[in-house]
This record gives sequence, C-alpha cells and structure tokens, in this order.
Amino acid sequence: MSEFPNLVPALPELFMAGSALVLLLVGVFAKKDLTAGLSALAVFVMIVACALVPAAGAAHAVTFSGLFVVDGFTVFTKLLVLVAAAFALAMSVNWLHKERAERFEYPVLVLFATIGMMMMISANNMISLYLGLELQSLSLYVLAAFQRDNAKASEAGLKYFILGSLASGMLLYGASLVYGFAGSIGFDDLAHAFAHGAPIGVVVGVVFILTAMAFKISAVPFHMWTPDVYEGAPTPVTSFFAVAPKVAAFSLLVRLLIGPFGELVQQWQQVVIFISIASMLIGAFAAINQKNIKRLMAYSSIGHVGYALMGLAAGDEAGIRGVLIYLSIYLFMNVGTFAVILSMRHKGRAMENISDLAGLSKTHPAMALWMMVFMFSMAGVPPLAGFWGKFYVFMAAIDKGLITLAIIGVLTSVVGAFYYLRIIKVMYFDETVEVLDRGVGAGLGVIMAVNALLILAFSFVPMPLISSAGAAAAALFRG
Amino acid sequence: MIQALVFYLFAAIAVASGVMVISARNPVHAVLFLILAFFNAAGLFLLNGAEFLAMVLVVVYVGAVAVLFLFVVMLLDINYLKLREGFLQYLPTGGLIGLILLVELVMVYGGWTLSPEAPLSAATRIPAASAMSNTDALGRLIYTHYIYLFQASGLILLVAMIGAILLTLRKREGVRKQSIYRQNSRTKASSVEIRKVQSGGGI
Repeated sequence: MSEFPNLVPALPELFMAGSALVLLLVGVFAKKDLTAGLSALAVFVMIVACALVPAAGAAHAVTFSGLFVVDGFTVFTKLLVLVAAAFALAMSVNWLHKERAERFEYPVLVLFATIGMMMMISANNMISLYLGLELQSLSLYVLAAFQRDNAKASEAGLKYFILGSLASGMLLYGASLVYGFAGSIGFDDLAHAFAHGAPIGVVVGVVFILTAMAFKISAVPFHMWTPDVYEGAPTPVTSFFAVAPKVAAFSLLVRLLIGPFGELVQQWQQVVIFISIASMLIGAFAAINQKNIKRLMAYSSIGHVGYALMGLAAGDEAGIRGVLIYLSIYLFMNVGTFAVILSMRHKGRAMENISDLAGLSKTHPAMALWMMVFMFSMAGVPPLAGFWGKFYVFMAAIDKGLITLAIIGVLTSVVGAFYYLRIIKVMYFDETVEVLDRGVGAGLGVIMAVNALLILAFSFVPMPLISSAGAAAAALFRG
Repeated sequence: MIQALVFYLFAAIAVASGVMVISARNPVHAVLFLILAFFNAAGLFLLNGAEFLAMVLVVVYVGAVAVLFLFVVMLLDINYLKLREGFLQYLPTGGLIGLILLVELVMVYGGWTLSPEAPLSAATRIPAASAMSNTDALGRLIYTHYIYLFQASGLILLVAMIGAILLTLRKREGVRKQSIYRQNSRTKASSVEIRKVQSGGGI
C-alpha cells in the first residue's frame, strides 16, 4: 500500500477546484442569474489562493508520486497567473452586463482555466503537463466561443480549438518520442537520462514539444491564430487570453528547457533564437498597419513574447530572471491597456478601432494619461517599467554572447515604438470625432489607475520585483 | 492447442469482418460488422490475459462508439451509393499506401532493439501475473500512484461537459416538454370527466 499523498503543496489548486465546484452548483440551482455575484466570489477565491500559494510552496517539494512540484519559481509564476486572471475576471463583469451576455458558467470556466494553468506551472511529468494544458485549453476554447450569437466569436473559438488541438497532438507526439528514447516521462528522470547527451530522436521530440509550446505562447511561426482569435473573442476574454495563459505556458517552457532538457541547450537554443527573432520581427512590422486595437494588441503580444524568449535563449539564471521580470511587467501593461479598451464605448456600443480614441485627452484626460503610461511602457521608453523589462533580457543575451539577437531586439523595439506612439498621437493631437461614453464603469478606471501606478512604482523602485524574480530563477536552477 | 485454435478463430473472424466493414454495401451492415470486429478483438485480448482491456473494449467501443456510429448512420440522410462511387478508382492509391505502411512496419520490426536493461526495469514494475489480476493492478495504480492525474482527467471531463452545455443549451419558447411532476400530480378529479351518455344519443 502506498502512503497518502502530501496535499499541502497542492493546497491552492485543491481549494480552487473545490470552490469552482461550489460556485458551479450555486449557479446551476440559483433561480436568477448570479453572474456578477459569482464573478466577485471567484475573484475572492483567486485572492485567497494568492495567499495560499506562497505558504504551499515555501520550500521545494514534490508530491503525488513525483507528478507535482512546487518551489520558488512556481510560486512566482502562479502569483502572476492568479493576479492576471483576477484582473481579467474583475474587468469582465461590467462588459458582460452591458452586452447582455451574462452566463454564470463564465467565472466558473475562468476558475477552471486558472487551475489548469497552475497545474501546468507545477507539472513535473509529461502527463501532468499535458493534463494541465488540456484543462486550461479546453476552458479557453469554450470561453472564446461562449457568445454563441456572435459569428466572429464562434469563428474565433473554432479556429482556436482546431489549432490548439493540433498543438496538443504535436506535444503528445514529441512526448512519446522522448519517452521512447528515455523510458521515462518524469522530469527528474529525464534530466538524469539526458545528463550525457541524447540521441537524435530525443532532439526531434524536443523540437515537437517546442513547437506545441510556441503555439501556446503564440510565437512566430505558430502565431497565425492569434490576431483572429484576439479580434473575434469577446474583449474581456481577450484580456484574459493575452496574459494568464501566456505566463503559464512560458513558465512551463522554461521549466522544460532548463530542467529535463537542460543538457540539450545546444540543440534547443538555436530553435529558441529563431522563434525569438521571428516573433520580434512579425510583432513589429505586422502591427504597423492594424486599424483594430485588439488585433494590434495581438501583434504587440507576439512581439513581447519574442523579447521574453530572448531571456530564455540565454538559458542561464540571469536570462530566466529577465524573463520573469519581463512577464510581470507585461502583465500590468496589458491588463491596464485592456481596461482602456473595455472602456471604449460610444452610445453604449463597444468600439474597437484605434481611430475611436481620437481626441481622448480632451474628453477623458485621466484615461488618456493612463493609456499614455501603458503605451510608453510597452514601447520601452526609459525610465518606465517596460524599458527595464527589455533591459534585463537584452543584458542576459549580451552576457551570453548573443549579440546579433540583442541588436535585432533593439531595432525591432524601435519599429514597435512607432505604433505605440501613434496611439498616443491619436489620443493627444487628433480631433475628436465621436465622444466616447462617460462613466462606463468606475471599476475599470480604478484598474487602469492601479496598473499605471504599479508600472510607475516598478519604474522608480524596481528592486523588490528584480530581487524576487532573481530568487524565483535561482530556485529553478537549484532544483 | 485449444488456445491456438481459439486464437485463429477470433483472428480470422476479426480480419474477415474488417474486410466486410469497408466492402459492405449497406452502411448499417458495415457498422454491425465493425461491432463484430470489436468483439473478436476483445476475445483476442482475453486470450492474452488482458481481461480489463477486453471489457473496456466491449463497454466503450461496442457500447458507446459503435452504437453512436449506428445512430449517425441511421439518422443522416446520405446517399451512400453516391458516396461509394469511385471506390475502385482510389483502390490503387490506397493499396499503395497500405503496402508502404506494411513495409515500414516490417522494417520497424526488423530493426527493433531493446536496451539491455529494458526487460529488467519493466519486470520490476509489473507484479507477477499470478499474484494479481490486471484490473486489480490498474485500480491500485490509478487510485494511489496516479490519483492526481485521475482527478485532473475528471476536471477536464467536467469542463468538457460544462462547455457542451454552455455552447448548445438555449431556452426555446413553445416546446412541449414532459414534466414528470405535473404528470404524477394529476388527480382523477382534474383529468377524468364522467358524463352520462344517453343510449343512442352520443356526446
């Protein structure tokens, strides 16, 4: 008989899963629609989980027969995922109400997706990786398509589903190749098996797994679903897609490449460098011509993924620290920008074009000011936080001798600055065409302000973030 | 001796019904032959001592998948004769692909090498067949070693169910639904009316 597994490391996930089931039951049996109330409760559940995560992952621990791992790295990325998901859920309540799209399953599915992401982050085995990934993806497919009457949303959901299943298939194929050559699927066993190099079949398997993960973080050349899905999906769902799943998939990619495949760095580094360069280029150039701000954000996120991959390409502790800093700053910039997009309404209708922001500085000075902070930060204008994010990944790449990569990164961020600055120009120097509605939601204004202030805080007091990201990266390398 | 006989019986029927699945003119017959093939495959598993796999094959494939096929075939109004036109036309290409696959399989079998420690490491994880039936062994693994994965799969299936309901269920007006409660709470007074009928008069 085996022992009862130690449940403490998985406490946040267990708590969230239990709460999700309770919320589901309440929603099913309630007589009237409780979407707003359940969303508030789900946000509360995530906040409680935020408190549980550091307690559960205080020290490196493995449980469930080695399938589940927690350490400083998982704590850091799980907190990012929880914060991103909580913000996205908090922002959607108002929108769902205005669009008359309230379904009580929405907060429940967001909770399940978040549990899936946390399982991905804590995966210590190919099967737990796959199951976490599927739990996350399945919830996201449904969320993308949940507005059934909207043809674009249905198209987005279907597209995301088909390409996502393709990616899952590639992941499974790669994992089966790796299993065939190593005889094991546990990350610790794999690291042990590949300690002295690996046969060519394993490299093929690793490339397949990398491809699947590139799909999930929407890195070029596996990015083609991103603009369509971002544009078609309901805006609050897009704001969820843009951050939390990427952080989770990134964390998983980092753990895979540093942990079990850490000795194959020669092999995977060239792939990561290639997708990093391609993502930065496409992110910079394809975004220039976009009229729709959600599509623009899609290309912008592809570009940001490219920069973050640069830190991974370095493959050392400084590089991973850079990735974590980049992802944290990316989170707050994106949440803030989506709060602005969600506030764009004209006579009650949601607006999505960049030109709709014209003259925002005169009609909504506060919103324009916050948006300016986000855009300057995304462009990487010093001394704002976005600059520091780029600075640390560039430094890590240069220290590793990846000079070409860093130069391309700097050049593409100059190109990228064009379309971020264009938004500021539209807001501050163009004539107002249609006045956006006022008082779309006090909550959104608060979220914008909080995120902008957090970015300003990072810009001038960067040390707390840098040291905690450093500790998280160190925890990954120690294990 | 008897084992070999039964093996060839099951194998021959399985192959024959497999051929019938693709050559039967009537699609319903094809699905029925598919079910027969599943049953024979289950028999082959039983012969190899994999009784759990055999039962799962019957329950899942015959009980659920094949019956679902049957429903689809019967419910959809597809002209199968038209669909089967050009079947012979594709035969050479299909046959060629099948041949290549066969050659590949033979090559894989020919080039098969196991690392020397593989049988050893496999043996340490498998209890002796006489000590434990494989249903028992699987159950022990799933509910102890792999409990986390088992529960995670449960969550995934729950999400799939929520998703299916969320994407398809809608409230429609004017649908005559059966209400068991209303049926059961009908009384004689509310549903039966007794009239006096005059003879020869009618109502």
